[in-house]
Amino acid sequence: MTQLLKVSGISKSFPGVQALKDVQFELNRGEVLTLVGENGAGKSSLMKILSGIYTRDAGSILLDGEEVVIDGPKAAQRLGISIIHQEMNLMPHLTVAQNIFVGREPRFGPFMRERELNRRADELLKETGIHLKSRDLVSSLTVAKQQMVEIAKALSFNAKVLIMDEPTYALTESETDTLFHLIASLKASGTGIIYISHRMEELSRISDRVTVLRDGQYIGTLEKDELDIPTVIEMMVGRHIDAGARPTARGSENADVMLKVEGLSTRSLLKNVGFELRRGEILGFAGLMGAGRTEVARAIIGADPSEGAIIHVEGKKVKISNPSDAVALGIGYLSEDRKQFGLLLEQDVNTNVLLASLGDHANSLGFMKTEPGKQKSRDLVTSLRIKTPSIFTTTKNLSGGNQQKVVIAKWLARDCDILIFDEPTRGIDVGAKEEIYRLLDQLVAGGKSIIMISSELPEVLRLSHRIVVMAGGRITAVLDNEEASQAKIMDYATRSGDDKE
Amino acid sequence: MNPNTATKPVKAITAEGVVTGRPVVSFLRAKIQQSLAFATLVVLLVFFSFANSAFFTFSNITGILLSTAVIGILALGTTFVIITGGIDLSIGTGMTLTAVMTAVFIVNFHAPLVVGVIGGILVGALIGFINGFNIAVLKLPPFIATLGMMLIAQGLALVISGVRPIYFSGVPNATGFNQIALGTLFPGIPNAVVILFALAIVAYIILSKTLLGRYTFAIGSNEEATRLSGVDTRKWKIIVYTVAGLFTGVAGTVIASRLGSAQPQLGAGYELQAIAAVIIGGTSLLGGRGSIMGTLIGALIMSVLINGLRIMSIQTEWQNVVVGAVILVAVFTDSLRQRRAAFRG
Repeated sequence: MTQLLKVSGISKSFPGVQALKDVQFELNRGEVLTLVGENGAGKSSLMKILSGIYTRDAGSILLDGEEVVIDGPKAAQRLGISIIHQEMNLMPHLTVAQNIFVGREPRFGPFMRERELNRRADELLKETGIHLKSRDLVSSLTVAKQQMVEIAKALSFNAKVLIMDEPTYALTESETDTLFHLIASLKASGTGIIYISHRMEELSRISDRVTVLRDGQYIGTLEKDELDIPTVIEMMVGRHIDAGARPTARGSENADVMLKVEGLSTRSLLKNVGFELRRGEILGFAGLMGAGRTEVARAIIGADPSEGAIIHVEGKKVKISNPSDAVALGIGYLSEDRKQFGLLLEQDVNTNVLLASLGDHANSLGFMKTEPGKQKSRDLVTSLRIKTPSIFTTTKNLSGGNQQKVVIAKWLARDCDILIFDEPTRGIDVGAKEEIYRLLDQLVAGGKSIIMISSELPEVLRLSHRIVVMAGGRITAVLDNEEASQAKIMDYATRSGDDKE
Repeated sequence: MNPNTATKPVKAITAEGVVTGRPVVSFLRAKIQQSLAFATLVVLLVFFSFANSAFFTFSNITGILLSTAVIGILALGTTFVIITGGIDLSIGTGMTLTAVMTAVFIVNFHAPLVVGVIGGILVGALIGFINGFNIAVLKLPPFIATLGMMLIAQGLALVISGVRPIYFSGVPNATGFNQIALGTLFPGIPNAVVILFALAIVAYIILSKTLLGRYTFAIGSNEEATRLSGVDTRKWKIIVYTVAGLFTGVAGTVIASRLGSAQPQLGAGYELQAIAAVIIGGTSLLGGRGSIMGTLIGALIMSVLINGLRIMSIQTEWQNVVVGAVILVAVFTDSLRQRRAAFRG
């Protein structure tokens, strides 16, 4: 294979922080180089240097054997280096073709040549083997198809090097497969791909090589045949993490039923969902994206309307029609999307921790008693080991793991007995994940009951005492941890919702 | 790599990616818009004082304060609404309607003065409540809901008054009505000014010391996260708009008292001036950020400008141009700061 890109000795510092120090990697034509590292390891800075957003302090970049200067995004584009960001930058109300060629539309004087535009888009899509219709509105596409539009757009610049930053972040299993097929055909045509991912299970599937960064430094590169996930994780975090751990057995199998749900349906997806959650238990919810796990959580807490559900909390029949009812009953929901649904990013840690329990800190006239609240915040920050300079730090300045802990602190401050965690470790790096796991264990040991929705099977197996598997809006199995395995869960998760056990 | 470390010279990053900063610096940054507004106010006062000796006199300053009262009171209520990320376009004509209703109660129905005034204020609260209901329960966008209410209030004020001003003079039970705004509880200072500052203190306490204040900021920062935290956001939004309505009602009383009459044609356009005062004062139209102190300063900047330009014998038409330009500059500095903030984090 011929060398496409050789990066060596790259350093970059910002005032007060050395973001990259003597970093190197090589990329050949037609291969996938996966770049891994915890949050803050320097992956994004490195990619920003390659795509011309930052300039390097030192080091050299050889493209096709020639030293290149990348002094801006335009320069990167000209050199054939394209980046697909994690957040998509598409205009939903424009068509696929319009999105691909935005800013470069074929024109006749002041008029758009719409037919020519579509012809070019069709040509590009055909060449690259991307199955999209150029006239479809982007808003009508699935997330995966939208990702394809991004890729097509990147390729339309005749990219030699394609950088993908967590492209499977929002994709379902089958959509991921589609993406991987496309990556394979791009490889075949000689494109070099730099792939950034947090998902360990993807590494062995698509990487030709894996380069690990930690604390802004180059740690090492593993070839495909020496690739081994525990080794990669160890390189990433600099210590050993036990991947095969299982939960500690519960004291009693017959603890009180804290939450009982029967006959929960929604108009669009859920059909007759029912289950029990016992005190001191972590009940895992596994399933593919779109199986309806988040929908169950949101319906239970009254965030979305549902039909026919009979819900008992601690044996008493209750009616929950909006989230404030659920919270009053001691049910807290931690959304999969912390930033959008969990946190007030612009407000300080104190405000976020107390958000669900502000009513407890106000007198009957509505005046706040601030001191007890601040004390409670400080106590929770200490006991959950939230790393923040003070409780008055703006929440958006915390790392993902610490933001998640702030959300957990919010519900502990409210003293909720039932906690619903939706993807508790999404976007959190490996080291911080372990800490969240320990925290969940401690919570159930202390008598809380937890529903944990997760798309990562090792996580489900690591934490859940029992596992509910969903497919197509129905529950297809409830497994005890001892009898569960990744294969078994996947089997139930891929059944059509109808052949229920 | 955490991109927000790139442009923050004052911050250091630890291995875990926790950004540590000097709290003083971030505090100052939060206060910049407000202190910028304050500095602007001081500069204007100094400039006009040197430009014309008639400017910095006791009578002219109280005149400025008096002319700030109505817009200021409207702006105080609107501050709550804007911090939730909403907007209230109905406060101008809503004020007119409450003034007309006060007049109808007192002049036409011969209600006692106190009853008429309270009745008028409650009409304001009702307008706000309906806005809140339409926005929180019927899920109308605030712009549309209050635009509709603006036209309804304007129409009703005209219909009820018969498109004629209703005068309080010579009506026996209206004796002393003009004292509400123009009396001097404190020597030399019109009561309208006292009402403005008293309400500013009340609004400050509500916003910073009460549950309502906390939820106002929380809803503006992230309404869905607040709802999922078990806060009944519908209820609190209705309360916020009702509070804005109450302030509208008080403004209606003050303007009617000052003019000695309810003028059904007056009022349209006041809402935009009030909103401008709020924005000049550093409250973000995107919600989640704002202060009462800023709003008060914003309202004062507008009146000082108008008064100063008038005293320098600059045509009225030009005064509008200047005020418009000030609003643009204020919003521009705000967006500049937000862009920097977005870049940071």
